[in-house]
Amino acid sequence: MKSATDDRKFKAINRRELLKLTPVLALGAFAIPKLQKPLLKSGLAFSDWASARLFRTGHLAPTFPESALTPFNKFPVNDYDVDNPEIDFDKWTLTVGGAVQKPGDYTLAQIQELPKTAQNTRHVCVEGWDVIGRFCGVQLSDFLKVIGADPGARFVTVECADDYYESLDLATAMHPQTLLCYEMYDKPLTPEHGAPLRLNIPTKIGYKQAKYLTALHVTHVLDKVGYWEDQGYSYFYGL
Amino acid sequence: MSTHAIAVENLKSGAVTTAVYEHPFVVRLCHWINTVALFVLVGSGLQIFRAFPSFGAKIPQKDLLHWPKAFAIGGWLGGALQWHLTFMWIYIATGILYIGYQIFSGNYKQVLFTRRDLPGVWPMVRHYFFFGQKPPVKEAYNPLQKHAYTSAIALGVLSVLTGLAVWKPVQLSWLAWMMGGFHLARLWHFLIMWAILAFVFGHLVMVILHGWDNFVSMFTGWKKNPEYVSE
Repeated sequence: MKSATDDRKFKAINRRELLKLTPVLALGAFAIPKLQKPLLKSGLAFSDWASARLFRTGHLAPTFPESALTPFNKFPVNDYDVDNPEIDFDKWTLTVGGAVQKPGDYTLAQIQELPKTAQNTRHVCVEGWDVIGRFCGVQLSDFLKVIGADPGARFVTVECADDYYESLDLATAMHPQTLLCYEMYDKPLTPEHGAPLRLNIPTKIGYKQAKYLTALHVTHVLDKVGYWEDQGYSYFYGL
Repeated sequence: MSTHAIAVENLKSGAVTTAVYEHPFVVRLCHWINTVALFVLVGSGLQIFRAFPSFGAKIPQKDLLHWPKAFAIGGWLGGALQWHLTFMWIYIATGILYIGYQIFSGNYKQVLFTRRDLPGVWPMVRHYFFFGQKPPVKEAYNPLQKHAYTSAIALGVLSVLTGLAVWKPVQLSWLAWMMGGFHLARLWHFLIMWAILAFVFGHLVMVILHGWDNFVSMFTGWKKNPEYVSE
């Protein structure tokens, strides 16, 4: 026995030690309705910041052999609105605007003139399922060069025929595996998978990979983030 | 054992009891923050799981179990992700603080299960499960306790690693690869949660069995009438 004390002093010591734990009560802020939303929002923003820091332009998403592909008829279809927004493909163009040198309407044939890229990559849904699919298209970075996108811009935003909308950080837009995709499994996109043009981004979660593209803007300031982001999902959601 | 013991004299009766300082401040702080964080992470994790309660294919989808919404946090997938992606940082931060403190303070010797503890395992099992005689208590934690706590810490580390693999299967593709890919990492993450919950269940049972003085010690650090300090 090293030292001795009396019960009154011992109680005081215990009280002091207990009080040291009061910082734990700060977590109670999450139970206060007024504070809960902004706290969770900043938690999500911190996660997005960390995600952007983890993103490496030169790091490729894993690719897979043909034998690993999920059969096309087992590739899930998730829509927020309709499976088929009934686009008139003959009249379809991609309207380009914002911080670009050559704004205007681009036809699918014009886009398909760019070098074609095919990749077997994993598609991960925020719900938790994942499939491996085959996607073909042109690198978005190539298209951004064609339209003369301002390299100092920070975002690419897209609008869709079903009123869906999304946005990308420029680093992800410039990633070699980020595609303006017009084929899946070596066949033109079907209506439920986003015909005639969709995004395929193996470094992002599924809801970032918008279908039925109708417009693309390059911008310095983000006015509209994305449909699901506006419901409370993560903005960056890089995989 | 370096645990600091003192004699406490009752001023009225003159009776003397002993007390030991068993749980350093950082350990107690991390314990209680982690209790909250784990509660939120499990609750929100189960809500996330509800969005796709399966580990098979999406088509056709075979649900593993229907977890009731009442035992989940966040209300919907997006809300649950907000809770999960917020509290994971708190969980990771306290984890790093805890492990760092244990290493640098040397306090890990109280918790870490080592080969030295092996011979004491069987007598403790016999005592707990087969009404065997209680082995003499020499230190704060008996061999089985050390095993349980060491496993819990390992599970905590694994829960973070599997979680990171699920969250970043591309940027941390090596981590996902080590777990057999994204698909399996999600399963490991889920199973590790149940292993942690199994620990928590056993932990709570033991806390109830060991009584008030033991329970209070996780708040004040001091444990009155410890079994392992002889007069």
